[in-house]
Amino acid sequence: MDNYPVLIVVAPLITALLAGLFVWIEERLSYPIVLAGLAVSVFSAINVLIQVLASGSIQYKMGGWPPPIGIEYRIDLLNAMVLCLVSGVAFLNLIASCRSVKQEISDRAGSYYTIYNLFVTGLLGVTATGDLFNLYVLIEITSLTSYAQVAMGDRDRGPLASLNYIFIGVIGASFYLLGVGYLYIQTGSLNMADVAAIIKDAPASSTVLTAFILCILGIWIKMALFPMHVWLPNAYSYSPVVFSRVVAPLMTKVMVYVMIRLMITVFGYDYVFKTLHLADAVVWLATIAVLAGGIMALAQKNLKKMLAYIIVCEIGYMVGGAWLGNRLGMTGAILHILNDALMTFALFLGVGNIIYKIRNVDLTDLKGLFGKMPWTMGGFVLAALSIIGVPPTCGFFSKWYLLLGALEKGAYHFAAALIISSLICAVLFFKVFEICFFEPALHGLENPHSHGAIEEAPVSMLIISGLVSLSLIAAGFYSGTIVNRIIIPFLG
Amino acid sequence: METVFSIKPLLAVLVTLFAVPVIISSSGRPNVRESWIFVAGIIKFLIVCSMLPDILEGKQISLTLFEIAPGASLAFRVDGLGMLFALVASSLYIITSVYSIGYMRGLDEHGQTRFVSFFAVALSATIGVAFSANLLTLYLFYEILSLATYPLVTHHQDEISKISGRKYLVFILGTSIALVLPAMIYCYHVTGTLEFSPAGIFTGQLPKPAATVLLLMFVFGFAKAGIMPFHSWLPAAMVAPTPVSALLHAVAVVKVGVFSIVRVMTGIFGIRLLSDYNLGIMVMIIASVTILVGSCIALSQDELKRRLAFSTISQLSYIVFGVALLSPQGLLGGVIHIVMHAFGKITLFFCAGAIYVATGKKYISQMGGLGKKMPLTFAAFFIGSLGVIGLPPSGGFYSKWNLIIGTLEAQQTVFMIVLLISSFLNAFYFLPIVYRGFFGKSGEEEVNRPVKIEEANLRMVIPLIITAIISVVLFFYPTVFINLIKVGLGI
Repeated sequence: MDNYPVLIVVAPLITALLAGLFVWIEERLSYPIVLAGLAVSVFSAINVLIQVLASGSIQYKMGGWPPPIGIEYRIDLLNAMVLCLVSGVAFLNLIASCRSVKQEISDRAGSYYTIYNLFVTGLLGVTATGDLFNLYVLIEITSLTSYAQVAMGDRDRGPLASLNYIFIGVIGASFYLLGVGYLYIQTGSLNMADVAAIIKDAPASSTVLTAFILCILGIWIKMALFPMHVWLPNAYSYSPVVFSRVVAPLMTKVMVYVMIRLMITVFGYDYVFKTLHLADAVVWLATIAVLAGGIMALAQKNLKKMLAYIIVCEIGYMVGGAWLGNRLGMTGAILHILNDALMTFALFLGVGNIIYKIRNVDLTDLKGLFGKMPWTMGGFVLAALSIIGVPPTCGFFSKWYLLLGALEKGAYHFAAALIISSLICAVLFFKVFEICFFEPALHGLENPHSHGAIEEAPVSMLIISGLVSLSLIAAGFYSGTIVNRIIIPFLG
Repeated sequence: METVFSIKPLLAVLVTLFAVPVIISSSGRPNVRESWIFVAGIIKFLIVCSMLPDILEGKQISLTLFEIAPGASLAFRVDGLGMLFALVASSLYIITSVYSIGYMRGLDEHGQTRFVSFFAVALSATIGVAFSANLLTLYLFYEILSLATYPLVTHHQDEISKISGRKYLVFILGTSIALVLPAMIYCYHVTGTLEFSPAGIFTGQLPKPAATVLLLMFVFGFAKAGIMPFHSWLPAAMVAPTPVSALLHAVAVVKVGVFSIVRVMTGIFGIRLLSDYNLGIMVMIIASVTILVGSCIALSQDELKRRLAFSTISQLSYIVFGVALLSPQGLLGGVIHIVMHAFGKITLFFCAGAIYVATGKKYISQMGGLGKKMPLTFAAFFIGSLGVIGLPPSGGFYSKWNLIIGTLEAQQTVFMIVLLISSFLNAFYFLPIVYRGFFGKSGEEEVNRPVKIEEANLRMVIPLIITAIISVVLFFYPTVFINLIKVGLGI
């Protein structure tokens, strides 16, 4: 079928609207509707990936309008992979969400599902589109829906966190839009491939430079690259856990994808690394981001917030890798989009299970958790090891490529930051594990070793978190295949 | 060299790992649970043994699982060295399992299912290290082993084990991430491969200063080998239940550290490069310091397990020392010490645990006169001590003998003195324990309030007798292991 590319995006969009209607008719039906929409999306994404692997990039012209007038979806190996990732994570999270939503936002479940699917639509569209302005629109759909979802969380601090997020998010979006405007001035086109072809032949101009810097800056704000990260920790930790589970792994990663897309497809390798001399400075910035993210995470007393700062640190990995300017670094960055999404997802699924049971995840609340929730913690430990970068989990292998890239470039500071951040993450997580393992459970009996009865999360949530945690090992083992089949052919 | 493709190495690694779900599912029925451990342990041992004939014929067994990057795959290759280590670890696992049942039930420990599960994972990782075909695979299993041992070390879940566990992680995980990982990636960056090969992987790309730094990063980075100053996790880890100290901190974990260093020196750098750059001396000095200082500290320890721990630290460096001699005899002596020390030291730990379970005593000063009540245990302790000191009729004699010949062969007479002094020190810190046990007086406490003390239960005594006997047998029949080393190192 030729319409798979568009089906990926349209299925969740239509079901979102349907689910919205059903809030008035029969609210219980909203959930199966959105679930079905995402299932179609996952199915189409996998089909598209198979097609792209078999026969190269797919171009899909919206409404049959030829580019550059019409909007074009152009799907190559990179975004085929990201599409599978986004739709898969969103789908799995939705399955695990059923119980949490009932618990956290039962009064507004139907509307929540509507917004959720709109959010996913935005992310998928951002990934699929080949049009710069369309990209902006979809980023805004994603952002607006996430403001709303953040505000649905913690009754006291959720709205404030959301407001903060709005302010900074809007600034980021405006930067990006302004950049696109400059590009349009220079090229008269909004289609990525078209723009790329025109810039390539034109002599370097300050208009293009301005456009590039504005676009990249806007995206950096959206992805929370240090020091533009301040909105992220609060937004992610005060939102309902069903939402943080999906926004934490996906939002920033999709923005990294957009950055890489702009660098490789729109402006081109030569322009970014040869004409401009920004790469070294950006790698330094990434180095600082990695370290700062790790150090700030150390200071946190709440598990969710700690994980949010780890995301800031991981963003540094990917930005640094992409800006090293060699294939190994870029390979590491792209591989890390996949790996980091999976491991963050696994971590937050663990957090979701814990919150379902004990409501609060201040570190002191976690006492005796290994005894109470052994399966959840097992999955959480695997994900944590992946963040630390212990083989055979996938986190090790992307770090492997990033380190090789750093050595090849001679960026020893970045390599050192990667190693140090591994150590910091080890400290971070073992601090948590110590509390979970050594401290007796709060409501437990007097004897610290009789950890009381096992009180696990519902099976549906356990299965998802277990599956995703195991997928970390699978992704680790198959990282060679992923690199050889997807990333290296993409980089050409 | 002929290479045979077989899935056996993978099976040998996985069999104890696959036992874990079964163990967990039968956690309510201890006898069933323990029988699974034996089934898995024995199958593992048999798989390892089934590969022995091929290896002794000079073949290698290999299996590639996943290609991660060119030259860095997840792959197994069984050669003489790996075989030797796997034989020791998998056979002692069975014996330790018997002992561990006696110990854990004797003390009525909590969380026994967790304990045996992680023990099984640790064993899988150990065999994985033994059979690794390249540094990446080795590193992978090395890390799994570090993490799997953490819950074993901290088994008591109290404040002391928390602190010890922290120390354990900082030293073991810290060094492997901060030193080994960058060194490994640098090697790959320079050569594009991590495959172990007798000639080394560097073909002239590595200037001497870089080689020196890399070698130091590896030697210190594999902190499981307990090279000073990265040794202090080992005495701290003695808070673990004794079966852990016995199998993991006298055999599996620490030997994995040493084995990794041996692999890196013989397979990554290659003997040729090391002797060209004259780097052996540097490692020998580092090892000698650890040998002597470790022995001296051992002398001053009153807690039996801590004394054994420091003795282990010093003995491990014998192995590194032997390999650093870079001479055939030195290599032989060093590597065979992996075997000899394993059987000697595990006997000693078994005895320490047996004494603790039977009497509750941990300190040597309390052990006066115990030998009369626990003659078998103390006799085994005596044999184990002989093995570590290196006196006949125990296998330990064989390794010390070769090491000393190795120093002569390499014309390093000064270092021969180190070995001799250390042997004296060993005798000084072990034999008094035996003497005190048999001929010393019981403490006042016992005189006033006589308690009936007898041997620990049979499940503990039989294993320690078996290991003691094996360490004597090894004095007479070390041939299999010698052949394995000769095949493995091509000497």
